Amino acid sequence: MSTAPITAPGGEATHLNCSGLLCPLPVYKAGLALGRLAPGELLVVTTTDPGALEDIPAMTRQRGDELVSVDRQEGIQVFTIRKGQGR
Amino acid sequence: MTQPTIDRDPATTARRKRLAIVASKGTLDQAYPPMILASTAVSLGWEAGIYFTFYGLDILHSERFDKLKVASLANPAGPIQLPNALGAIPGATAAATRVMKRWMADARMPTIPEFIEMTQELGVRFFACATTMGVMGVTEEDLIPGADIAGAAAFLDYAADADVSLFI
Repeated sequence: MSTAPITAPGGEATHLNCSGLLCPLPVYKAGLALGRLAPGELLVVTTTDPGALEDIPAMTRQRGDELVSVDRQEGIQVFTIRKGQGR
Repeated sequence: MTQPTIDRDPATTARRKRLAIVASKGTLDQAYPPMILASTAVSLGWEAGIYFTFYGLDILHSERFDKLKVASLANPAGPIQLPNALGAIPGATAAATRVMKRWMADARMPTIPEFIEMTQELGVRFFACATTMGVMGVTEEDLIPGADIAGAAAFLDYAADADVSLFI
């Protein structure tokens, strides 16, 4: 897992690499990372688990965050999430 | 140890969703689903609580929670596919357990002790079934720290406010 600022749609973002991790770890790590952000800040999550295509959008719905974009590449998904008003 | 109570986060006025799980199995493979679901629930912003009862109490037993095993007998979908006559031979359970642990490690999945630490850090409530403790001779000192000893009424009091309740 790495966290480093990168440029994402909408401004600076924290990056979380969940490549190679299976459920529940991408959601678990993304939840921890979002908990450290302020509302409105961006988190970019990279996953290789195909289940993440359903899991990350479900997580943002349940948490009240905004799924800004999903970029699907060969075997890789990149999610950009804007933290909502929740914890 | 504190008495179980219905807790609500005072930091938020909005009611959080709640997951209530009964974990009744004490095998390594069946210890994973409650941990996976509870860690996910809190990651979604929910509350989560697990009631460990019967063999599931081994998941909270400080001398057993890191020694859970996979059944090699009467487990046709298990990690080693053996006829029941061979599943009973000495070493078969240990072999099935080794294979499952290797699968989990290769997939970079946390161990059960790691999952317990992760879920406790996230505030998942652990209930230890008081009747199981009495029947099986398990004492409070046998349990990992942080579990509430509780009976069925206390768990139902917690589960009455749950949005999702599961028996595993």
